[in-house]
Amino acid sequence: MEELIPVIVRGLGVGSTYALLAVGFVIIYRATDVVNFAQPALMILGAYYVSFYVFNLGMPFPVAVIASMITMAAVAALTERIALRPMVGEPPFAAAMVTFGVFVALFILAFRLIGTNVIVVGDPWGLERMDFLGARVNQIDIAKIVISMIAIAIVGIFLKRSRVGLAMRATALDQEVALAQGVNVGRMFGLSWAISGALAALAGMLIGTAAGGVSPLVAFVALKALPVIILGGLDSIQGSVYAGIIIGLAESFTRTYAGTYAPWLGSNFDIVVPYAIMIVVLMVRPYGLFGTKEVVRV
Amino acid sequence: MSAPPDTIEPKAARATLRGRPELYTRYAADQALLNTNAKKFWTLALLLAVIILPFTPFATRAWLGNLTVVMIYAIGGIGLNLVTGFAGQVSLGHAFFIGLGAFTAAFVGGTPGRTAGGLELEMWIWLPLAGLVPMAVGLLVAPLAARVRGLYLAILTLGLVFLGEHIFREWEFVTGGFIGRRAPEPVIAGFNFNQRQEIFGVDFEREAIFYLFCFVLLVILAVLARNLARSKSGRAFAAVRDRDVAAEVMGVPLLKTKVLAFGVSSFYAGICGGLLAIAFGQITPENFGGLAGLLLSVEFLAVILIGGVATISGSIIGAAFVVLLPRFVEIASAYIPFVGGQGSGAFLTIFQVNQILFGALIVAFLILEPRGLFGLWLRMRNYWKAWPFSY
Repeated sequence: MEELIPVIVRGLGVGSTYALLAVGFVIIYRATDVVNFAQPALMILGAYYVSFYVFNLGMPFPVAVIASMITMAAVAALTERIALRPMVGEPPFAAAMVTFGVFVALFILAFRLIGTNVIVVGDPWGLERMDFLGARVNQIDIAKIVISMIAIAIVGIFLKRSRVGLAMRATALDQEVALAQGVNVGRMFGLSWAISGALAALAGMLIGTAAGGVSPLVAFVALKALPVIILGGLDSIQGSVYAGIIIGLAESFTRTYAGTYAPWLGSNFDIVVPYAIMIVVLMVRPYGLFGTKEVVRV
Repeated sequence: MSAPPDTIEPKAARATLRGRPELYTRYAADQALLNTNAKKFWTLALLLAVIILPFTPFATRAWLGNLTVVMIYAIGGIGLNLVTGFAGQVSLGHAFFIGLGAFTAAFVGGTPGRTAGGLELEMWIWLPLAGLVPMAVGLLVAPLAARVRGLYLAILTLGLVFLGEHIFREWEFVTGGFIGRRAPEPVIAGFNFNQRQEIFGVDFEREAIFYLFCFVLLVILAVLARNLARSKSGRAFAAVRDRDVAAEVMGVPLLKTKVLAFGVSSFYAGICGGLLAIAFGQITPENFGGLAGLLLSVEFLAVILIGGVATISGSIIGAAFVVLLPRFVEIASAYIPFVGGQGSGAFLTIFQVNQILFGALIVAFLILEPRGLFGLWLRMRNYWKAWPFSY
């Protein structure tokens, strides 16, 4: 049991970061029916701005994180207004390609800003460890779990309890009906993107705290959020939290034990384990664990 | 087989048809691949032009190589068009099947190396196998893919690309592992299609031989695909694409149709992979898996979306466009100040410019002309058909 705890904590840490990214995908998908491929680039830029605010402007770390989240929320909302709003009513695949184009543009921007260097975000955790249930675990993993879960809980409560959250859910349910009830649907689209951008910045910060720091190529870690959203169901926030945790744990366990117990899987199987789980689950549940089953009519 | 009684006798038919080329008195004539005289003439002219091209002074070896890659991409593009264009199942896993074909070819036709094995067989064995092995895998995956639709399907097939990279990297005996392995030699009965040869006293360049070989394959596979598309199965594909529930209600077997589409598509992808391996010379898991695989899959989506969804000729036009556009960007980059090669310190690299152009073109075509370049051609043709009237 003693040796299991660090593995579980690490898995939960990674998994909650995935969940954070996945919630961003899901919020945009629910509001606009678009899978936002620009999310990885938003994440990298978020990490960059944390680093920029800490080291160039001398802000304390928590302030810098909040400032970076606000910056990325603004960038995301602006992106939606400029690139995605004209795509309303066009084929969804075209809109998805537009987000892919935004990804390329923002990614080039990130390359301009960061270059080929690796930047650190100046977090207070570093590589320190702490005692947890009698085992030594990384502080950073605990920080990841706590921060992600708080952020997701805030988003959840906002959607559930507030007036604006209700309007957002109405938009997700049926845009025309929401419009008829006096909801400003366009503003809801922008707001979804803003929330998603802020969550991406937070996730970028959390990924950047790992020993490696952040280089533009870390963006591709965010691709792991794709199996997570499919596993949880494209339109379920709750689902992406569970799926993120499942996939994080699975990755952590494979990394630790696959070499000993299943060497035939080959080295680095943990990188592809999310995709393997996704395929197996889709065999049983074609709409993910919590996704809404599509009602088909002739 | 006797002719149906109500058809006009051939001789009489010819007399009736003179000056009325689009009056069809028989169903077969209406359904013919080349149903007008203009189509017959221009198809023949195009075929001749492509065959003669290597012997003209325009054909430098580099451009022949480019055109060969166009044909190989066209074969892969036709495959993706069968499953995505005709049957409506969006697949991002095409790169996986292409890679599978490439490594099958390299294993069956290659020589054993230090870690990798090889069977050293000739091309008439390895090329069909390069198609059949991906087809078998495609048939295995298809029943699963048939259960999900839309974005779920796209991301599921994307998962194949990432799993594929892992398999390509770890199964060293077949794939050569991280460093990859050399492509097989295209030899049939001692005749190497990728070598300078003398036939009946005429000296053929290496590039010219391989170019003609790929051309023959493309023509055969394109005609086969076209015939599949206008057969019973092809109509079943279209029914499933347009409304799968309605198709099922009308008695189209949903699972069987989707499985067939995936199987045939994977076969084409595998052949494309086997030939692509020769064009590359050396293949590594990084060519077909992971991120490069994702980009390759998107490239093939661009082939069919830019060329024309659910048309065979569209796939070929699209392949030409997607393969040749980067070459033109490369040439043009010398004259555009802020574009340069990798590491030249320019604002945008050529690779990035290509990415942006492909993305922009896909979006533009999806919105403005969903039928792609082939649709533009149809518009032009119909305009001149009715000229000087507007319709």
